[in-house]
Amino acid sequence: MPETSATSGASITRDEVAHLANLARIDLSDEELDHLAPQLSVILESVAAISAVASDDIPPTSHALPLTNVFRDDVAVPGLSADEALAMAPAAEHQRFSVPRILGDEQ
Amino acid sequence: MTGSDPREISREGSRRSFANEAASTMAAALAAGETTSVELTQQHLDRIAEVDGALHAFLHVDTDGALAQAAASDERRAAGTPASPLDGVPIAVKDVLATKGLPTTCGSKILEGWIPPYDATVVAKLKAAGLPILGKTNMDEFAMGSSTEHSAYGPTHNPWDLTRIPGGSGGGSAAAVSGFEAPLAIGTDTGGSIRQPAAVTGSVGVKPTYGGVSRYGLVAMANSLDQVGPVTRTVLDAAMLHEIIGGHDPLDSTSIAEPLPGLVDAAQRGAAGDMSGLTIGVIKELGGAGYQPGVLARFSESVDLLVAAGAKVVEVSCPNFVHALATYYLIMPCEASSNLAKFDAMRYGLRVLPEGIEAPSAEDVMRASRDAGFGDEVKRRIILGTYALSSGYYDAYYGSAQKVRTLISRDFDAAFAQADVLVSPTAPTTAFKLGEKLDDPLAMYLNDLATIPANLAGVPGMSLPSGLAAEDGLPAGFQILAPALADDRMYFVGGALEALLQEQWGGPLLEQAPPLEGGTP
Repeated sequence: MPETSATSGASITRDEVAHLANLARIDLSDEELDHLAPQLSVILESVAAISAVASDDIPPTSHALPLTNVFRDDVAVPGLSADEALAMAPAAEHQRFSVPRILGDEQ
Repeated sequence: MTGSDPREISREGSRRSFANEAASTMAAALAAGETTSVELTQQHLDRIAEVDGALHAFLHVDTDGALAQAAASDERRAAGTPASPLDGVPIAVKDVLATKGLPTTCGSKILEGWIPPYDATVVAKLKAAGLPILGKTNMDEFAMGSSTEHSAYGPTHNPWDLTRIPGGSGGGSAAAVSGFEAPLAIGTDTGGSIRQPAAVTGSVGVKPTYGGVSRYGLVAMANSLDQVGPVTRTVLDAAMLHEIIGGHDPLDSTSIAEPLPGLVDAAQRGAAGDMSGLTIGVIKELGGAGYQPGVLARFSESVDLLVAAGAKVVEVSCPNFVHALATYYLIMPCEASSNLAKFDAMRYGLRVLPEGIEAPSAEDVMRASRDAGFGDEVKRRIILGTYALSSGYYDAYYGSAQKVRTLISRDFDAAFAQADVLVSPTAPTTAFKLGEKLDDPLAMYLNDLATIPANLAGVPGMSLPSGLAAEDGLPAGFQILAPALADDRMYFVGGALEALLQEQWGGPLLEQAPPLEGGTP
């Protein structure tokens, strides 16, 4: 993704959408890519205007509620049993989630 | 009385049915022995069987579970130990909340058949309070939408006009309540998903102060914006339900410690009608161009009623509200793209193997599963969020949105210094036709214009019916916003306005809805 701080001409290309889909682990079809890119461009153009309003002296709000460091007591409490946790697994074996290979040929 | 056969009530001339009453009336009837929870629950199950083919408000109906919970409720009452003021009144729950043992899909194929191993805190509270859970209601997929058309299981239809949307994302809950399939429902609101469906279906919907109701067990869309809230036919019902579901939850680190103010008390005081001493602020930016004239007319008549009851009205300006839509459509997809990363086909949910790959890796399977399991709107927002958070764009998009969020909160602070509550129409239009806005995402997003600011600032908001728009005879909603933690103020004014309007109408607005016929539309 090219580094840029400008949002002028905020539109998004099909290639950029394909890259983002990869980052988001979604395998978009060619049709989906064709369809999504112009829709996303329109949306991006409409939201890009707010960067002009957001001057440097304004503190960002990540959370409307001013809560900080909400802790609980460090006491062990029961969680799900292994059976409960595995009940909805697509595949399970030996009390573990069975998943496709994580390490690839390149590792 | 408590052992009566529910089939008896269908005979002509037998005892009075409470099936179409307010939940508070049902509760009083239960206490007086004039009906039973089994009777009420069966009546609602019958109604669902009769009309849900046309409405499609429900994704799952739990007949056996609801009747068992109802029987337990009747036993408690016979023993003199009801669990709450609403013990025995049935309720529906939006399918975005975890219900142990009942399917929870979030309106998505990626969770088709997923059965949670635990209850959301709100669900646990409903069970502890004795409300039989009728089933799970339809919604836009992962709460992304304003029409329930983005449900992977087909849209819900508006009981007022089956060719129209019931609003979204919580269209199922709103249709269930306004279609008399349930007297109460639970919804969630991130940008208006309780309030806008309430407006277009003639029901009451409340988004509590952020943190006022636990999010534990709510499948997260945008953590800093989501809230669970009541969907009902009356303001008093909403207050009663809100008091049951609200309060601090140690399982939700974003839930607030402050106890709820008296909401039922506020609604009842409001209904007594004296508004003197109250200042109402009409938000200048939430009206005018882009708002349907009939919606605006009902809105200003409602303001006039409150003034006639003694309130003072001022116009307030919240200049940064014009940026609220853009701010929301940056912050929400960013948070949602992060939240939806958990649907990776490894531990739960849909797992699809990619075609044409010999020994697919975990990542290959993730990509194929997420493409197969997520709908278009969800993909749009995930991609948008991924873009706005990515290196080189973060400051311009997400960073800017966070700053404008501060400006919007400041606008609210300034406005609440001039008025006790702020008001606006809930949505710019009445219910549009199914299919009308599906191809134009931006046009769809405009439905949230008036509701979004409250989520960004964390303040509570209520929508109640203001009347029918003259152009189309469809319901319009009146939105009341109060400062954070002052939910009671919202119920006070809502209770007052509802009483004043019902006096004009000669009864609830829903009595003017056309009769629903069963079967498929």
